[in-house]
Amino acid sequence: MTTDHRQGAGETPARIVPSHEVPPDATLVADNTAELIDVGEHHLCPGCGEPIAIRAVMDGLSLLGLAERCIAVFGIGCSTAFSNNLDVEVLQALHGRAPSVATGAARSRPGLAVFTIQGDGDLANEGLQEVLHAAARGENIVCFMLNNGVFGETGGHLTVTTTIGQRTKNTLEGRDAARHGHPMRVAELLAGIDGVGYVARGAVNNAGNVARTKRMVVEAFTAQQQGLGLSFVEILTMCPTGWFVPTTEAPAYLEETIAATHRVGVLRSALG
Amino acid sequence: MSETRLMEGSEVFADAMVRAGCRFFAGYPMTPFTEVLEHMATALPPVGGVCINAESELEAVGMVWGAAATGTRAATGSTGQGLSLMQESIAEASLAGIGFVVLNMARGQGDYFQATRGGGHGDYRTPVLAPSGPSEVSELMAEAFELADRWRNPVVVLGDYYMAHTWVDMDVTDSPPDPPDCPDWALDGTSGGTGAAKLVSPLGTTKQRDGVGYDLAAHYADRARRRAEMEAGIAPRAELTDTDDAEVVVVAYSTMARYAHAAVTELRREGLAVGLVRPVTLWPFPGDAVREASRGAHTIVVYENNAGQMIDDVRLSVLGATPVVGHNGFATDSSAFGIAPDVTVENLTSALREVLATPREGRADGDRPHAGDQRTADRHGAGSGEDLT
Repeated sequence: MTTDHRQGAGETPARIVPSHEVPPDATLVADNTAELIDVGEHHLCPGCGEPIAIRAVMDGLSLLGLAERCIAVFGIGCSTAFSNNLDVEVLQALHGRAPSVATGAARSRPGLAVFTIQGDGDLANEGLQEVLHAAARGENIVCFMLNNGVFGETGGHLTVTTTIGQRTKNTLEGRDAARHGHPMRVAELLAGIDGVGYVARGAVNNAGNVARTKRMVVEAFTAQQQGLGLSFVEILTMCPTGWFVPTTEAPAYLEETIAATHRVGVLRSALG
Repeated sequence: MSETRLMEGSEVFADAMVRAGCRFFAGYPMTPFTEVLEHMATALPPVGGVCINAESELEAVGMVWGAAATGTRAATGSTGQGLSLMQESIAEASLAGIGFVVLNMARGQGDYFQATRGGGHGDYRTPVLAPSGPSEVSELMAEAFELADRWRNPVVVLGDYYMAHTWVDMDVTDSPPDPPDCPDWALDGTSGGTGAAKLVSPLGTTKQRDGVGYDLAAHYADRARRRAEMEAGIAPRAELTDTDDAEVVVVAYSTMARYAHAAVTELRREGLAVGLVRPVTLWPFPGDAVREASRGAHTIVVYENNAGQMIDDVRLSVLGATPVVGHNGFATDSSAFGIAPDVTVENLTSALREVLATPREGRADGDRPHAGDQRTADRHGAGSGEDLT
């Protein structure tokens, strides 16, 4: 419950009740919905970083004028909430299978910008071999991994990218390497494969990182358009629900814990 | 002038797919599917198609999912285990309305249930076509792609080791026709930014801008309705041989039907009243044909290279009106490719002679237990008919 602290002492605080109904007396003063996102409000948790990451990808497509010659292949996870909310063609894949689905689409329509959006549970747990093989084949696609270190959709469970000490629903005392294994650094794995054109890791926990991530998105699609092979951009996103931290503290938690293991930056680029 | 060429069965499968407009193929090697994959790797590039030697069956079917969603005629396939790995995608492709062809290059016939029931989850079915040999493959392959396009559903074409390695003369006079135009629903990338971007998804196609999100209940109900339409829209087919006055009717599909055809022909020459029903569509199963063809028969013999699977569908077809027994359970050789040394014309004629000689008076119902166990490896040969009673 959120209270309105502007009200004077002694008055009953008014509750702000979220509603899907637009109040009759409301006036729209600005619509900041991204060009290629249909409905601005999303169905994910407050403080979630995935809508920001999806927006970064859509803004990159808009900037490069690729909206009318692209196919987005979605995996299964929280970000699937956007697969029917975009004004680009979307092909929904099964959990883990997006890179092979994108391969089939891209090989059949070689002129298009075919890209995937998956979470870390989808890409790195269920279907890690798919992106590795697609990279080694040099498939001319762009793969995005929204990495929040948990299975968000199931309520915050351990993935292979969960950092040491991170609490999840099945590592309540924090991930312990001796008991739960070590986190995998997926962008580093991809960067070591011949056949990739561009590999980077961004984050959406502050304005600077969002701007940096958008540049990575543009560079990834540029590499794809130049036929340089598979481009991979991992984007660290906040998941306060799955991390059991207050919404407002999630960006700092990302910076201090997640990004300490998964370092933000460009890992490999064949762009001139 | 017509031109014929001697082709191995596996090449016939590949040639038939290319002629049917298939322009994308992905697969993972596994005998006897490997042989088809090899031929597709050679056959597709010259016609502008793509063949990918996928790193796993999961990826092969994923690639085909992606290709088919762009309106490209696409196919994959494997053998039992590999097909088991693909079942999640086959099941969900049915929900997504993505049609492609799946070659089930079986080892023996132990995967009848896998093919006809689908090995995956959910409330879906796949049409199954069963050629009896390479010569019939071209016709049924063209039909399979037509069905996949029309019903936007995976379609299974059954082959086996025998078929993949049988050499036949094939007419190769005509060059492959161009594939059909891309259907309206398929993705070509161009509807983005128009306010009406296409969506292909097993979760449904309702978009949030229309005020609704994914509605799985409505989508599943819609797919169930489409499934019923598909079942009603595909005419079950069977090939009948000498069934009009048959006292004993054999039911067999695929390669086993060729042995059965030879056995029935031989016994007919001796004046014995036997006939053969060969299901061509295994789903939908030609139950009416089986029932009609066996109306005057005292016994139906289901001849299968497995422990008895299609026999369930035959029993469902006649609902006890005619006794149904199985001639199955053949041991296979150590190759594990489904080669059964006891699958011979002589073995079947011997078995049928016994059935024909056994008096049937007073027996009304077919679902009697066998006198003994299903025949086993050491009980084959001339005496195997005893197990039929």
